[in-house]
Amino acid sequence: MTTGRALTALTRTLKPLDAYALAVGDDALIASHRLSEWLTRAPDLEEEVALANIALDQLGQARFLLGYAGRSSGLSEDELAYRRSDREYRNCLLAELPNGDFAHTVLRLLLFSAYQRQLYAGLGESADDELAAFAKKASVEVDYHYEYAVSWTLRLGDGTEESHDRMAAALEELWPYTAELFADDPLASGLSADGLVPEPERLHGPWMEQVTSVLAEATLGAAPSVNRRPGGGRAGLHTEALSYLLAEMQSVHRAHPGATW
Amino acid sequence: MVTGTAVHTDAEARESEAREIVRALPDPEMPWVTLGDLGVVRAVHGGATGSVRVELTPTYLGCPAIEAMRSDAEKALAAAGYRVESVDLRLDPPWTPAAISEEGRRKLEEAGIAPPAHVTAGSDIRATGRPSQHSPTPVGLGVRCPHCGSIETALLSRFGASPCQELRRCSACAEPFPAVRS
Repeated sequence: MTTGRALTALTRTLKPLDAYALAVGDDALIASHRLSEWLTRAPDLEEEVALANIALDQLGQARFLLGYAGRSSGLSEDELAYRRSDREYRNCLLAELPNGDFAHTVLRLLLFSAYQRQLYAGLGESADDELAAFAKKASVEVDYHYEYAVSWTLRLGDGTEESHDRMAAALEELWPYTAELFADDPLASGLSADGLVPEPERLHGPWMEQVTSVLAEATLGAAPSVNRRPGGGRAGLHTEALSYLLAEMQSVHRAHPGATW
Repeated sequence: MVTGTAVHTDAEARESEAREIVRALPDPEMPWVTLGDLGVVRAVHGGATGSVRVELTPTYLGCPAIEAMRSDAEKALAAAGYRVESVDLRLDPPWTPAAISEEGRRKLEEAGIAPPAHVTAGSDIRATGRPSQHSPTPVGLGVRCPHCGSIETALLSRFGASPCQELRRCSACAEPFPAVRS
């Protein structure tokens, strides 16, 4: 437990840009894990391959971002991924919610990849050359994820009565969680003043425009109105679903500390 | 490999030899092409003192082949008597399918993997998820079927056996085939 406490102290003292990279990297890592849970369970072989590839892209992005976040503090990507507790994770709640049906995964990917496209477009302009180069690379990958999510949203939303209803149910459940992606964040605001990262609020307009036009075309109607805005992920306050996810993801590393292959 | 008419110093010859060793390594996922063909070897520095630094660029960030490329380069250089100081990843500028050499395109096609279509300016299908109504009409350069040569081919899935591949089907001979994503 002492090593756990030591790590907590370290992640609390990360430099602002490192802490930001950690949060964005955690989004990708947790999103990747949820997608990888579809392996052997996808509706057909093409979707299996697609979801696995998207998970792999997300994992690659997470590896870069966690490596970047920990470098100046001497923390490896593995230490950050496998040795932090749930309270030390900074991902948004949207990424960690448990999987539902395929419609749920498609809709979450639509909301999340549309967000990542705006985010990486902004980061591509970062005054930090390394982050900018990363974001330009990642943008190409996320475009494919978005394209995939759009095609399935249209097919399911404007499909059979059942597929439409399942998409509508997923929209009802997931939409409130999107508020957290664009919420006021003192860390990001400070960094955006220095031209290092995009201001979360500025990403909302283009995101909303893109997502609502896809939803309308998919006959899913306007974005639902919400009276609750769950959040807290950026501060380490998560749903219990994340604890179970981490327990599984970290089990091998915790059983065999330091093992490599 | 000393090329050109200039007289190379030993150091230059050693650096050039080290570069060729790395460039000649087979790609771990598509062993029909070399890392040089694929365009992922960015630089090989040093060699004079037997110590070299290698710079590779990943095709996609999560591509697991990059770890194999790294260790293959280390082993091959060590076997040729070099000491590998570092194998670093360079993301800037990002790899694109345009980095694949003509030789690489030919080898891929022979192996049944369609090389990427040449992308023309004006297409922003990637940015919007659909063809643009505002940009100049993209010229439709088709992906050629590696079996029968027809350019009447259709996309089956954007995702394939490795992060840089997609699945297509030929409308002429009806064969499905992998293609490098463009």
